[in-house]
Amino acid sequence: MAKKNPAKAPAESKKVEELMTGTTVFNIPLPADLKTLKGMSPIVIKQPYHIDYIHSYGQDSPFFAGLSNGKLLGTKCGKCDYTYATPRLACTQCGRETKWVEIPQTGRVHTFTTCYFGGEEFLKETPFHLVLVEFDGVDTLFLSRLIGPAGPEDIRIGMKVKAKFRRNSQLKPTDVYFVPAE
Amino acid sequence: MVSGGVSKFAKARPDATFQKIVKESFDYAMNDVPKLKHSMIDGSVVSYFSDHFTRQLMAGIMATDYLGLCPKPNKRIEGGGATGGLCFQAGWEAVASGRMNVCAAFGFETMSHVPTWKGNEFIALASDVNFDYPVGGFYSGYYAMMVNRHMHEFGTTVEQLAMVSVKNHMNAYGNPYAQKRRKLTIADVRNSAMVAYPLTLLDICVMSDGAATCILADEETAFKLTDHPVKITGVGTGTDMMRMADRPHGEVILAPNEKKSDYRNLKYPGVHSFRAGRSAGLQAYKMAGITDPLKQIDFVELHDAYTSSEIQTYEDLALCKYGDGGKFVEAGYPFMPQIDYGMKLPMKGTLPVNPSGGLIACGHPVGATGLMQAVFAFWQIQGSIKKHYGNGELQLKKADRGLIHSHAGTGTYVTVSIMERGW
Repeated sequence: MAKKNPAKAPAESKKVEELMTGTTVFNIPLPADLKTLKGMSPIVIKQPYHIDYIHSYGQDSPFFAGLSNGKLLGTKCGKCDYTYATPRLACTQCGRETKWVEIPQTGRVHTFTTCYFGGEEFLKETPFHLVLVEFDGVDTLFLSRLIGPAGPEDIRIGMKVKAKFRRNSQLKPTDVYFVPAE
Repeated sequence: MVSGGVSKFAKARPDATFQKIVKESFDYAMNDVPKLKHSMIDGSVVSYFSDHFTRQLMAGIMATDYLGLCPKPNKRIEGGGATGGLCFQAGWEAVASGRMNVCAAFGFETMSHVPTWKGNEFIALASDVNFDYPVGGFYSGYYAMMVNRHMHEFGTTVEQLAMVSVKNHMNAYGNPYAQKRRKLTIADVRNSAMVAYPLTLLDICVMSDGAATCILADEETAFKLTDHPVKITGVGTGTDMMRMADRPHGEVILAPNEKKSDYRNLKYPGVHSFRAGRSAGLQAYKMAGITDPLKQIDFVELHDAYTSSEIQTYEDLALCKYGDGGKFVEAGYPFMPQIDYGMKLPMKGTLPVNPSGGLIACGHPVGATGLMQAVFAFWQIQGSIKKHYGNGELQLKKADRGLIHSHAGTGTYVTVSIMERGW
């Protein structure tokens, strides 16, 4: 992890990495004198927690079906024309129900970052670039990964980007990603 | 507010469960006002952010029963990073509505119960799990995107961000409750590990275990309990859309000291500014009768989870115009006048921001943080910093009116409360 990082690690991070592995213990000693118990060190145990959720994308499901068919589907308000890059079936501007529309597959980098660390689930993918993409004729932005540039110095705000899709859909928003188009 | 208490914030407190840590802060607050008997407390509000960190649902009632506050009223308050600020205001509401004469507001978080990167994953679950989290859910990444846009719009620099880190870490040097008390330079901040470009490890707050308690009372009861109560004269709460990509690009919500012509070409809030912060600030200012915050407020404790958000918040709170946040810190306004920061500043601080050291240096045990700010502000206004910190280094000469500001995920919930000398 640290070796991917171009910057110097601060002094306080020069430590042996704490591990979540250990020894199984079935007994620990207890002093006979109860008066000494308040001075006892805390017992720290490992407590696993794993759940598989039955998660529905509900009314937003067509967006994911769109990704698996190479389309970016957003929504548009029939009344005020406000257009959403990430779908919302209710318009936040006027409250009306919106309709599904296809949004452009080319846009510009509105802003970006390069993540050298991340949540545990994504740590193995670091470093990666996050971008908010802006599209002509669309009122909201779109969060995605930018693939290609080596580092943040190769990305600039306003840079043209285009959408690419995974061939084998995972039915996740990462089924689409962007690459430089200039 | 008649009293407050804070547990020493630490990276990990394996010696105590969350109930005991809350009790430490509660006992401190109770002991500070001997006239307040436990039986006089009419009820309480409790805050913690994440059930994931505790791996315990209804931890709120467990903290409450540990304090012996059953069967009196209690409820849990939650709103991401602003959880503590919302809890403070819920306590104020309980008293202001007349429901309670004395209300205890306490909050906690025990973030050490998972490794740091798992903790970052939990925090990222406070972003849309359909569209945002799976793309690379990481809050530092979200804030980094926001500040990159801020830098693009306004020319804010990474050195200006680093100045905030130097300031807050140095302030914390005088605060024994702070988790990180370090003397840093701008170079130290920039040379520390890059987390999410352009934010380094020292631009970002750390995970903490800790608790804080505020005791609130109506005016009549307050003066029976203490000669130096602090009055809450303004409260504001703002919100914004969870997905920052969905936020509008419209017109600036103007503060009383701004005019439309100040912002001819600025699309607002976009992702560079926190509309919720502006909304909360303006509500609180209106209630407290503040029209020129830079002149009418003596100090600010604000939510600096990122150095960038401190700079963005100067602007939201109309301490300077949108776009001038970087210049505001560079000019020296938010520094403490009496402290040597090891760098040349054009002027002595006039509106100290985060005299306690803020989240970056004190730590950010989420459910306690907004309450911790209230306690530090309370002591500052009372003039009792020396008593509580054991040294008076951080006591401001004039601290009659303070502002506290609590902020959740990319600016989804923001609270602003104005606290004033009540005697």
